[in-house]
Amino acid sequence: MTAIAHVPPTGGTATPPPEPGRSNKLTPYFLLLPAGLALLVFFVLPILTLINTSLQSGGLEEGYTFTWSFSNYWDVWVDYWPQFLRSFVYAGSATVLAILIAYPIAYMIAFKAGQWRSILLVLIIAPFFTSFLIRTLAWTTILSDTGPVTSFFRSIHVLALTDWIGLTSDSRILATPLAVILGLTYNFLPFMTLPLYASLEKQDPGLLQAAGDLYASSWQGFWKITWPLSLPGVISGTLLTFIPAAGDYVNATFLGSMRESMTGNAIDALFLRIRDYSHAAALSVSLMAAIVVLVIYYVRRSGTEDLV
Amino acid sequence: MPRQQQLAPRGGHPLLGRYPATRASISRRSFVRGSSAVGLAALLAACSTKGIGITGYEPVQDRSDIDKKLTWSNWPFYLDVDEETGTRPSLDAFEEATGISVDYIEDVNDNDEYFAKIQPQLTGGQAIAADLFVVTDWMVAKLIRLGFVQEFDKANIPNAKNIDPQLENIGYDPGRKYSLTWQSGLAGIACNPAVKGIEVTSMDQLLTDPALRGKVTCLLEMRDTVGLTLLDLGYDPADFTFEQFDKAIAKLQAAVDSGQIRRFTGNDYGADLAAGNVAACVAWTGDVVTLQADSPDLQFNVPDAGCTIWSDNFVIPVYTPHKTNAEKLINWYYQPDMAALAADYINFISPVVGVREAMKELDPELLEDPLVFPDEATLAKASSFMSLTEEEENRCNRAFAKLTGA
Repeated sequence: MTAIAHVPPTGGTATPPPEPGRSNKLTPYFLLLPAGLALLVFFVLPILTLINTSLQSGGLEEGYTFTWSFSNYWDVWVDYWPQFLRSFVYAGSATVLAILIAYPIAYMIAFKAGQWRSILLVLIIAPFFTSFLIRTLAWTTILSDTGPVTSFFRSIHVLALTDWIGLTSDSRILATPLAVILGLTYNFLPFMTLPLYASLEKQDPGLLQAAGDLYASSWQGFWKITWPLSLPGVISGTLLTFIPAAGDYVNATFLGSMRESMTGNAIDALFLRIRDYSHAAALSVSLMAAIVVLVIYYVRRSGTEDLV
Repeated sequence: MPRQQQLAPRGGHPLLGRYPATRASISRRSFVRGSSAVGLAALLAACSTKGIGITGYEPVQDRSDIDKKLTWSNWPFYLDVDEETGTRPSLDAFEEATGISVDYIEDVNDNDEYFAKIQPQLTGGQAIAADLFVVTDWMVAKLIRLGFVQEFDKANIPNAKNIDPQLENIGYDPGRKYSLTWQSGLAGIACNPAVKGIEVTSMDQLLTDPALRGKVTCLLEMRDTVGLTLLDLGYDPADFTFEQFDKAIAKLQAAVDSGQIRRFTGNDYGADLAAGNVAACVAWTGDVVTLQADSPDLQFNVPDAGCTIWSDNFVIPVYTPHKTNAEKLINWYYQPDMAALAADYINFISPVVGVREAMKELDPELLEDPLVFPDEATLAKASSFMSLTEEEENRCNRAFAKLTGA
C-alpha cells in the first residue's frame, strides 16, 4: 500500500501538450454534461433545498420563511444527541461485526471455493431477492422471546451476561440494542462481503508462494501480504456498511424500541408525525455532515485518498 | 486497482484533455464555486413557502344534476363485499336507487399520507380526484381548520338525524356541519392471558405491574395512548390542561425508563401479542376482533377509568362539482338497513341509531359481539380527544414523540 503510494506520477507533465483547438477544448465539458446534469438535478438541488429548509422558521400551516435560523441546528443537537450517538455506536459496532463475519467468508470464496465460487457469490446476493423490510420483520419472529434462539441463549446464560453489559434487558433479545446491532449487521453484510471478495480475488497467489520461499509462516504471509493488499476492499466495505447503517431507521423501528431510536427515527418522526420540516432538515444536514467528516477522517487516516 | 489508478496523470483526468493539469483543475473548481454560489443565492432568495390553508372559498358550480357521478375515496376493507360475486351490495343499491354511478377507490391508507397527497392540489385551488373521502377525527379537525372541506347542505342529508347522540356534538365540529361519522372504534387494553396469566384491567396496572415488565406495548397514536393515561389519572381527554397532559406524559415516561414499556407500535402490535412477546397492550377493537379469529383466547378490556373512542368521518373537499351527489351518498349510509349491511362486513362500530334492530334480521350473532355492539355502559365510558389548535397539536405531538424515542 504505502509502497504503491510512493510511485512517482508518470506522464502528463513529461511532454508539452499540443495546442488544443477550440472545439477540442470544449469536448471534455460536453462529455461531462450528462453526468454533471444528473449530479445537479439529483444531488445538488435536493441538498440545497434541504439546507434552505433547515434555515427556515415557521410551521406547515402558517408557512415557512427563510430567516437564517441557525438555531434550528442548535435545537436538534441539544434534543437529539443521544440518537446521534446511538447511530454512530450501533453502525460502528455493526461494521466491526460485519468485517469479522465477512472477511472469512470472502477469503474462503476467493481462495478455497474452487468450482463453487459462483454459486456461493449468488448466495451472498440472494437475500436481496426479498424485500429489506420483510427480512427485518422475519427477524422479529426468529428472535421472539419464547422462540428457540432466545431460549437457547437464555439457558446458557449468555443473555444474563449481555443484560449485565446493557446490550439486552430482561433476558430478551428483541427491543434491545443487541437486536438492532444484529439487524444492521445482517442487513448490510453483503455490502461488506462483495468488496472484500473483489479485492481478495485478484491477488496473485504467487506472492504468498514467494513469501513461503522466504520462510514466512502462513500467518505472517497473511498479515504482510493478503491483509494489506485487501485494504481497499476493507475500506470500501466499511464505508458501504457504515454509511447506510448510520442513517437506517427500519432496524431500530422493528427490532429496537424507543430506547434504541437512532437519528433516522428522529428524522422520520420530525418529518411525518411532528411535521416540523425545518428541524427535520437541520437534523438531516447534521447527520450528513457528521458522516462526511467521519468518512474523510477515516479515509485520510488509512492513507487511501487515491482509492475512494 | 491502486496500480491502475496511479497510471492516470495526477491532478487531471484523461477525459479533460492533455493540457496542463493545473489550468483545468483551477477553472473547473472556480466554475463550480461560482455557479454554486449563484445557485445558492438565487435559491435562498426565492424560498419562503406560504401557508397552505384556504380562506374565502367561493363554492364552484354544482353539476350533480347533469353529471350523475361521484368518486369516493375510502380505506381498504371498509365497505361490504359479497364474497361470491365480488360486488358491493349496499353501494350497488345506492347506484340503482339514485342513478348516480360511484367510483369507489380504496386509496386512503394513512391519514398523513393521504393529506400529503391532496394538500398541494387543494392549496393550489384545484379539485382533487375524490368528491368524498373518509379520514380520522383529528385529521378532520385539521382539514376544517385549513378550509379544505366544505359545509354540508343538511337538507340533502335528512338521515343525519340517525346519528348516535354521543357523536352529534363532537369537539372539532359541533353540530356536525362539515363531517359525519362513517365508523367508530374503541382503544382499550388487549391482553394475552397465556403469557403471564394476568388479566390487565387498568392503565395503571399496564404501566406499573412489575410482573409485566418488558411485556407491554403502547400505540404510537398519541390520542389513544395519552388519552387512556389521562383517564387513568382521573382527567378528561376531551377537556384537559397542559399540566394534566404533562402528568400523563410523565407517567408514561416513568414506564419507558423502568423498562415496563417494551416499545411503541403502529398497527404491528398484533403479531407481538399473538406470538406471546407481549402480555398486554394498548389496542383497537377492530384489530382484536380480527386477531380473535386465530387466537380466541385474546381479550379486550375496557379499563374502569374509561377508554378512548375514535371515528373515521365522511368529508367533502372544496372545489368538488359533485357535492350534492356526495351528500346523497352520506344520506344513504345513514339509513339503518344500509348501515347494517356495511357493518356486518366491517365489524367496527356503526354510528347509526337503529343498526342494532336492522342487524337482528341480517346477522343476529354479531349482536352478541361486545366489540362490534358495545353496551351502553361501555359507550358511556368512552371519551374522545380534545380538539387542538395547530400550536397545541405541535406541542402535544412533540412531547409524545420525545417519549417514543424521537
